Amino acid sequence: MDLNLLTIDAARTAVQERKTTALALAEAHYARIKQEDGQIGAFLTLSKERALEQSDRIDRMAAEGKTLPPLGGVPVGIKDVMSTRGVRTTAGSKILEKYVPPYDCTAVARMEAAGAVVLGKMNCDEFAMGSSNENSAYHPVRNPRDLNRVPGGSSGGSAAAVAADMAVVTLGSDTGGSIRQPASFCGVVGLMPTYGRVSRYGLIAFASSLDHIGPLAKTVKDAAIVLRTIAGRDLMDSTSADVPVPDYVAELDKPVRGMKLGVATEYFGDGLDDEVRQAVETAIDKLKGLGCEIVPVSLPHTPYAIPTYYLIATAEASSNLARFDGVRYGHRARGVKTLSEMYRRSRDEGFGAEVKRRIMLGTYALSAGYYDAYYLKAQKVRTLLTRDFDQAFRKVDAIVTPTSPTAAFRLGEKSNDPLAMYLADIYTVTADLAGIPGISVPCGETKEKLPIGLQILGKHFDEGTILRVAHAFEQG
Amino acid sequence: MKVTDKDVAYVAELANLELTEDERTGMLRDLNSILEYIDRLNELDTSDVLPMAQVSDRYGVDESRQGSARFAYASREDILEGLRKSLPHEEALANAPDADDDFFKVPKVIER
Repeated sequence: MDLNLLTIDAARTAVQERKTTALALAEAHYARIKQEDGQIGAFLTLSKERALEQSDRIDRMAAEGKTLPPLGGVPVGIKDVMSTRGVRTTAGSKILEKYVPPYDCTAVARMEAAGAVVLGKMNCDEFAMGSSNENSAYHPVRNPRDLNRVPGGSSGGSAAAVAADMAVVTLGSDTGGSIRQPASFCGVVGLMPTYGRVSRYGLIAFASSLDHIGPLAKTVKDAAIVLRTIAGRDLMDSTSADVPVPDYVAELDKPVRGMKLGVATEYFGDGLDDEVRQAVETAIDKLKGLGCEIVPVSLPHTPYAIPTYYLIATAEASSNLARFDGVRYGHRARGVKTLSEMYRRSRDEGFGAEVKRRIMLGTYALSAGYYDAYYLKAQKVRTLLTRDFDQAFRKVDAIVTPTSPTAAFRLGEKSNDPLAMYLADIYTVTADLAGIPGISVPCGETKEKLPIGLQILGKHFDEGTILRVAHAFEQG
Repeated sequence: MKVTDKDVAYVAELANLELTEDERTGMLRDLNSILEYIDRLNELDTSDVLPMAQVSDRYGVDESRQGSARFAYASREDILEGLRKSLPHEEALANAPDADDDFFKVPKVIER
């Protein structure tokens, strides 16, 4: 048994049946990290002490013959935007280089309560702002499939670690595509749940009306198991929805025959790479072969999604990041004489270029004289984008699209052109704006052996359906 | 060009950023290029469209209710049980760049 190639159920069962131990699983993954991560760079901090404590707890349960919880002994990684009590949490930023949270993010606490062993914290773009992981203040992450390529972003470390067998599953966050796009680039499964499905308590906020937590995994079933674990109302997050959590795993084996899947021409236009188009069209044919009915739908406002997103996300970010002022936590500039100089210099020294750019754009869009023309305008177009989906979902059960217009690009290829980088999110941002769930599943490779992702979008709180379609596709 | 040098300096001040000379030049170029792209939103007539601040405005709310009553689901009883307790002083101050036993310390705000 190769301890680095197990799914959640296989790992848990092996520990339960004493064929291995949670400790051996953790150690095998740390060994893999030691061997591989020097060149990949997926981890920012290892939480060995915490991992050993948890694996010990799980191994004692197994030894006593107690039934292990659903993630019992499973080694996982957590994107470094989620707070972990006693374990450094940087958000990929220098401004939080020494920050050690006094409490746990709810999603992390639920993972651990379900038996997961947290190996460490995953590298990401600074404050989750980026599409290539090159905006990490520490070091970029490299794509395990081709070390000259980016893993996508912002959950690049989370995707790369799963792809390189350094963790069984990881948690990521998605504000404009940051789970699905890196999943697509690294050839793994990435699920963004419905807005409000998973509590964000303890998630370092980027854009509060758009932030989601979700899993990156080797299989659709693993993603379903993690979602079942972390979903549901949390009194510590007023935006977490009071909607019952179904058994997503039980949904997987329901038939997809007769299901109506929408295909929107707007997601197959200019800018879509030919090889990606071909792979996604082949995937759609395969779904047809599985008995799904393909229905053309129109999402006419799609071309306006990126400008809408970059106004709303930056406006919210400029407000959320005002808290980093060098007073209660985070970097403080030395040798300052006044309070206002302390704020400015601490932020100047602590934030990277892309974060400053977004704070500036967001502040501009919210400033007197520009609010109506930019922020309010974007909020109105957000209504139109959401209505597009409302109308499409009257006709179909789910919508299938490419996850990203291209496969993984080279490091440095887009890093000097912010706008070109933003366009990497063109097929993912609209789901964040509308609050609907989406999943990316691998659907082939380019000639250069780079993974391609198929995106399946669903109705609000209907993760069951997109998981079911993704599972049928994966197994079919 | 929509954004000028003066705008960059003004917005930086609002955002509590200072920015070096080089950063300001780059910011001027990037903001203008991004805003030019964003201008395509003006192709859309939105005069009759209501703004959407968040998804919770539209889903999971009781449509028969008005105003804040629609968001009743988001409130909870003011309880301690089941929620996180307040942090002890030393934990709350542990990450502060400068503090004494009780307070965060910052440079002097008012000159005597």
